Amino acid sequence: MPSACFLQAAETRFSLNPVDLIIIILYFVLVLGLGVYLRRFTKTAEEFFMAGREMTMWVAGLSFISANLGSLEMMGYAAATYQYGILVAHAYWIGAIPAILFLALVMLPFYYICKTHSVPGYLKLRFGEGARSLSALSFAVMTILMSGINMYSMAIIMKVILGWNIHFSIWVSSLTVAIYVATGGLLSAIFNEVLQFFLIWIGCLVIPVVGLIETHGWAGMVHRIQANFPGQDFMHMWSTTGTFSNNPMGAHWTGIVFGWGLAISFGYWTTDFLVVQRVMAAKDLRSAQLGTIIGGFFKMTVPLIVILPGLLALAVLPYHLVPESQGGLPNVHTYNEALPLMLARYCGPGLLGLGVTALVAGFMSGMAGNVTAFTTVWTYDIYKPLIRKDASESHCVSMGRWCSLLGVFVSIGTAYLVMNFSSIIVYAQVIFVFFIVPMFGTVILGMLWKRTTPAAGFWGLLAGILTSFALWLWVKVDPGALNFVAFSGYAKDMSENMYRAMWSLIANVLVTVVVSLVTKPKPDHELRGLVYGMTDLPSEHAFPIFQRPITWAAAVGVGFIALNIFFW
Amino acid sequence: MEKQSISVWFFIGALLAIYGVLILGSGIYGLFVPPNHAVAMSHLHIGIWWGSGMVLFGTGYIVRFRPR
Repeated sequence: MPSACFLQAAETRFSLNPVDLIIIILYFVLVLGLGVYLRRFTKTAEEFFMAGREMTMWVAGLSFISANLGSLEMMGYAAATYQYGILVAHAYWIGAIPAILFLALVMLPFYYICKTHSVPGYLKLRFGEGARSLSALSFAVMTILMSGINMYSMAIIMKVILGWNIHFSIWVSSLTVAIYVATGGLLSAIFNEVLQFFLIWIGCLVIPVVGLIETHGWAGMVHRIQANFPGQDFMHMWSTTGTFSNNPMGAHWTGIVFGWGLAISFGYWTTDFLVVQRVMAAKDLRSAQLGTIIGGFFKMTVPLIVILPGLLALAVLPYHLVPESQGGLPNVHTYNEALPLMLARYCGPGLLGLGVTALVAGFMSGMAGNVTAFTTVWTYDIYKPLIRKDASESHCVSMGRWCSLLGVFVSIGTAYLVMNFSSIIVYAQVIFVFFIVPMFGTVILGMLWKRTTPAAGFWGLLAGILTSFALWLWVKVDPGALNFVAFSGYAKDMSENMYRAMWSLIANVLVTVVVSLVTKPKPDHELRGLVYGMTDLPSEHAFPIFQRPITWAAAVGVGFIALNIFFW
Repeated sequence: MEKQSISVWFFIGALLAIYGVLILGSGIYGLFVPPNHAVAMSHLHIGIWWGSGMVLFGTGYIVRFRPR
């Protein structure tokens, strides 16, 4: 759910020192070496697609959060922070933490116990082939599209920061991902994501550390922001959301809570296979749950390296950044350049190379996430059930390897397509959000309500997808429709998305419930291991209190509440 | 994880230690030959501190997770 508006950023070249180049090249060498090294450990389908289900909770958790921490996300949200202020941190807190904890405590046991390879795979077990095919096809298309958009965004970053040729950037970065994913499968992707997690943090943490020294702490930063932007409130998360017009985002708390916090967030974090696949590769259910909670903790701290640089840019940059529409003039910088500008402000030789490597790592972790999720869903949910039902395990592994390469090449094609139609990027994000939201309604009703029928699973999913498209089209054709869809003409894109997600989820749930009541449910014996009340969930009581997922989920929950109160 | 003879944490430690040495070396070089375009807060010599921290962190990981 990143912002992509920085794609039209003006030229901002930074001169790299030889030591910076060594750091960047060394990173590519190690990433490729890891892929080649790990190939020997991915012979079977379970090893290639699910990393052998042997990951420890730390590896699974860091990979889970790293797959979400793409460069587009980092730069996009830093830019959005410059524009909207700390309100954007909702994406990391209410827009993530409740859903991640819900995944860990409620949904993961079902995913894990039924031993499915993917989220569409769960829908097959619960609702049958119709719901699985619909979700798998939409997921595959969406993943490739997002992968291409990420790739294009990365190439733009390289062009803006380093002055690299855009084609060179696309091919070098994506071929590197293709090689290490095709050779080492999910195992290689996960190992690289853990490595990338460290690089992203160490590379980007320089900005808040040095920035807060420059502003003499948090209070000094707030004082400078107020002096630079008198009369504007960038520092409150909830107190300005009582009305749409009272905050720079045009957001209302109902949209933030029900649209962002419930529909979008739960849809993304609990049913988007890109992230769920990482924790499903854990060695046991408790590791999967604790890994997810570890991921939740780090997600809660990501604003330190994304939101805080955006706020520091408001405080310390000697000029004001402008919207994209006003960019393109000499010495005029846009919102989207907030993070690179801060990187260049504080990072000298060596550190700049590390910062650029962090952005490259962010891109690669995001892209590897897309490619591995696509490969698994394609092989298990499209190729094997629909095209070649008698495919052997070795054939599936071979298909997975080729599919990784194919996925990357199709993504490259998508990147070039996006290059010609840059507005597609904005639309793709809308499509991305609204394919996933209805899937959450279908999965959660299937898990928690045993009366949900196979027909309801399919029609509910379809209704949610169609509703989201219909509402989006309605606003495009008639902008006045925003008053109905988002309850206010003040609603900006991000706010509008929240409400559209909410309507999509409501449509999904309503259709699923109504169709369930008029169609025949599955017999109880077919629901074992899939539905709450029909599944023997393992007890945590055998473990000491500090080893139980519920304990750590509560700790993260307390941190989440405290942060919201502190920045109220 | 059990089957891998080299831990992922070892790779991470090695990379961070190497990066730390490069950044530290670059920071020390900058003490004697200041770059043409000084960055903000350059008097902090953040490269030296950051590089040192990375060397320590990386070395710790290398020792703790070295192949046995």
